Amino acid sequence: MSTPTLNRPASGVVVRLEGVHKRFGALEVLRGVDLAVAAGTVTVVLGASGSGKSTLLRTINHLEKVDAGVVEVNGELIGYKRAGNHLRELHEREVLRQRSEIGFVFQHFNLFPHLTVLENVVEAPVSAQRRKRSEAEAEAQALLERVGLADKSDEYPRRLSGGQQQRVAIARALALKPSLVLFDEPTSALDPELVGEVLDVIRDLAASGATMVVVTHEIGFAREVADRVLFMHEGVVLEEGTPTEVFDHPRHERTRSFLAKVL
Amino acid sequence: MSETTRTGTAPSAPLGTEKPVEAVKVLPARHPWRWVATAAVAVVAAMAGNALVTNPAWEWPTVGQFLFSATILQSLWLTVQLTIVGTAIGLVLGTVLALLRMSKNPLLQGVSFAYISVFRSVPLILQLLFWFNLAILYKTIGFGVPFGPQFWTFSTQNLIAPLTAAFLGLGLHQAAYFAEIVRSGFLAIDPGQREAAAALGIPQFRQFWRIQLPQALRIIVPTTGNEVIGLLKGTSVVYIMALPELFYQVQVVYNRTGRVIPLLLVAAIWYFVLTTVLSVVQWFVERHYGRGSDRHQAELPLLKLARTVLAARARRPEVSR
Repeated sequence: MSTPTLNRPASGVVVRLEGVHKRFGALEVLRGVDLAVAAGTVTVVLGASGSGKSTLLRTINHLEKVDAGVVEVNGELIGYKRAGNHLRELHEREVLRQRSEIGFVFQHFNLFPHLTVLENVVEAPVSAQRRKRSEAEAEAQALLERVGLADKSDEYPRRLSGGQQQRVAIARALALKPSLVLFDEPTSALDPELVGEVLDVIRDLAASGATMVVVTHEIGFAREVADRVLFMHEGVVLEEGTPTEVFDHPRHERTRSFLAKVL
Repeated sequence: MSETTRTGTAPSAPLGTEKPVEAVKVLPARHPWRWVATAAVAVVAAMAGNALVTNPAWEWPTVGQFLFSATILQSLWLTVQLTIVGTAIGLVLGTVLALLRMSKNPLLQGVSFAYISVFRSVPLILQLLFWFNLAILYKTIGFGVPFGPQFWTFSTQNLIAPLTAAFLGLGLHQAAYFAEIVRSGFLAIDPGQREAAAALGIPQFRQFWRIQLPQALRIIVPTTGNEVIGLLKGTSVVYIMALPELFYQVQVVYNRTGRVIPLLLVAAIWYFVLTTVLSVVQWFVERHYGRGSDRHQAELPLLKLARTVLAARARRPEVSR
């Protein structure tokens, strides 16, 4: 479990957001968000529901278009290219290429139900990265072993527990050898007794030096694993710091009242 | 509350046996009313069978005489052709219409919407007559520059023979229905599936072919099966163009021989046989696309009946012991 399988730049900033705005109709969900994630660090995003934390995460791999602002991963603009003083939206094909370098883990797993566990993990490396199937399958098998599901490779997802499905989803995201992994409330849809096994996998991943952004409500986990903690409120980053700073010495009343509710 | 249940010891004591717990056999619940219902249905089925067999008015020997006759088999083949071509045109065009309807372009959406509403509103028999009489409306059909010169022209009189009119009429009518079925199949897919495929960077055509289509087909196939069976029987309306398909042909024969009932029975038997074949095909296709969704493998109903009877026979000696 100790060998990191992720490509990552030796140093520097992996994710950079600047002045990101996003509105859904009349509702402005993101109101000027700045963010920098250093290579090899874990950033945990906290906030009440509706604070914009999931939307923020989804702008990083362009699942959500932004109305204004800049999103960069490894120094490359995501979803747009510079055209003079403007940003021109990229074609879907180019966006898909960019996404194949960013892992994304969903709250509801979103495994492909008609494909076996192994086929789920192999699909993107073969079709998006044009890797050889035999090679991709060997790597997928190794990843499934890493998340403790080596014996489930021929099962269909619906026959697995929620915790097992989420571990497959993590293996599927890692199969792309991403330089960055995004987690959108990875344990929120799980029965309480299954949360631990998923957090263990994410913890191992963090220990292996992966760069990650995690939206979660698991405060204990955040305190243990996070290098940086962000607290979002009404579409802005209200507070940011180390876990000790944010959890033990919150500067804002909003942060304090939120922590009082979830701790 | 007895002492035993409260202390939680094995329930063997209330049963009054000295056997260890493992030896107590579990028997399935008894369902006497199921047996009553089974008997009642069996009696009605026997009565219906008797009425079919013993009444001489059905003229079973005549049925046997015509069932495999050359004219009937030829007309049967035409019915099969009409069904296959109608389904093929309908499925291809229906899928295109469904994709247009789901596109973001309002003009494409509108065209698809208009097509579906027109072809669903006009009765099939009327549409067939329009196609049949196309030559009255347009003398020639040409290919060339839109609104400009034409390179190839065909006389509609020659092009739209009755058979072509039937193929077109059935196919274009069916396309309107298939379009709605295909669309509902795609709408039923969890949006999370699209997002996951997009987040993994899977190329767009591959997303459609490998992720979306198989999941949509799970919804599309059962309804499509019904439509194809409907179309098979619906082909009988082309008799108005004097095409010698099954229904037209039996009418020709009974007008000649006067044996109306047995010939109608011949047609009914063949429609039943074809429908049964289609149902079996549908069952296998459904099982293929249902993989990963059913915890238990589905079983053909008649096989299940056979297995239940066999299992009951195998159990009998044990019960009597």
